[in-house]
Amino acid sequence: MTQKWIETIVGFFILLAILGLLMLAFQVSDLTTYQGNHSYAVTAQFDNIGDLKVRAPITVAGVKVGQVTGINLDPKTYRATVTLRFNETADYIPLDSAASIVTAGLLGSNYISLTPGFDEQFLKNGDKITETHSALMLEQMIGQLLFSVNKDKKEGSDDKTS
Amino acid sequence: MIGLTRQLGRMGIAVCTELGAAGFFLFQSVWRKPRPGKGLHLLAQTLFNSGVLSLPIIIVSGLFIGMVVGLQGFNILDKFSVTSELGQMVALSVVRELGPVVTALLFAGRAGSALTAEIGLMKATEQLSAMEMMGVDPLGRIMLPRLLGGFISMPLLTIIFCAVAIWGGDLIGVKWLGVDAGAFWSNMQASVNFHLDVVNGLLKSAVFGVVITWMAVYQGASCQPTAEGISHATTRTVVYSSLMVLGLDFVLTAMMMGGW
Repeated sequence: MTQKWIETIVGFFILLAILGLLMLAFQVSDLTTYQGNHSYAVTAQFDNIGDLKVRAPITVAGVKVGQVTGINLDPKTYRATVTLRFNETADYIPLDSAASIVTAGLLGSNYISLTPGFDEQFLKNGDKITETHSALMLEQMIGQLLFSVNKDKKEGSDDKTS
Repeated sequence: MIGLTRQLGRMGIAVCTELGAAGFFLFQSVWRKPRPGKGLHLLAQTLFNSGVLSLPIIIVSGLFIGMVVGLQGFNILDKFSVTSELGQMVALSVVRELGPVVTALLFAGRAGSALTAEIGLMKATEQLSAMEMMGVDPLGRIMLPRLLGGFISMPLLTIIFCAVAIWGGDLIGVKWLGVDAGAFWSNMQASVNFHLDVVNGLLKSAVFGVVITWMAVYQGASCQPTAEGISHATTRTVVYSSLMVLGLDFVLTAMMMGGW
């Protein structure tokens, strides 16, 4: 086998590996979504984030516009500070939008759903979303439901006796 | 009692001597003045031998491992009716763990043993001594290109393995078992992080490549120059480098998960 032939085949080998890396980068790990320089980050404080994880999607009307890049505890207010990073194409989110943590399906993972406000100004880097709704905890909801059912029953029986 | 202790001490000294000799060998082969453009044909030859010739086994086993993970994962996830997460499961297990480790084990068996046998035979037939007599440094002429070829081709092979394995998972999950293609790929993209998963996996494979090639070349260069010695050295290369890969994999994973 001549040297030229060997070098050509090695070149193809390296090319194949580069193609594989490109596939891993763009097709598998979706490197493009938030790497843009023009993407911007805002923060929002929640009372309780439930099961929210870093890299959870942010959606407006179900369409993904960004992802959560950081979750920290505020040492003063004891609330959770969540960093939201938006795609550079989604630069039209009104300033007074409301963020709420919702669950995908009954047992799915949590994500952030934004309800657009009516402000003329748009969110930009470093802004803060003030209106937030905490995660709904299934256990708490069941507890409240049982409590209110019991209360109804009691009131009902009270009505009968009186 | 004293005799036993002495035996232990002798063993310890032997291990340390061996490690030191191996380290010195690596240092002497790699740490030299770079001569840009020179010796590239030697590097191409070793890249061909340990990289390109390992491609068939890497591609075939990658495809089958991806398909098996897809099949097993589908059966488990189907119990919880979350088969849409199949892509995430295949991609994460392949990119983080199976890709680097299985490629390293195959590489040790396919390329490492060949390196040891080749260099061992060169030593047994006194080709290395002949080179020294002619004033050619065998470390630079024989060892360095083989070491570099192994260092380079191992991460490349891992990339190809991962890509093929994920394609195999897609083949089984989407094409055969009917998982929704959009859910398969978008769940995968949502959960695989390029830096945390892909780059860390490649970092692992680079470390494995260094360890395996170093082990193979050193065993070949230090073997007994007999037929039996070469066979022992080849066996040692495969056994030791497989054990090193599995042990190092645990250590590296623990470090990466713990955030150093």
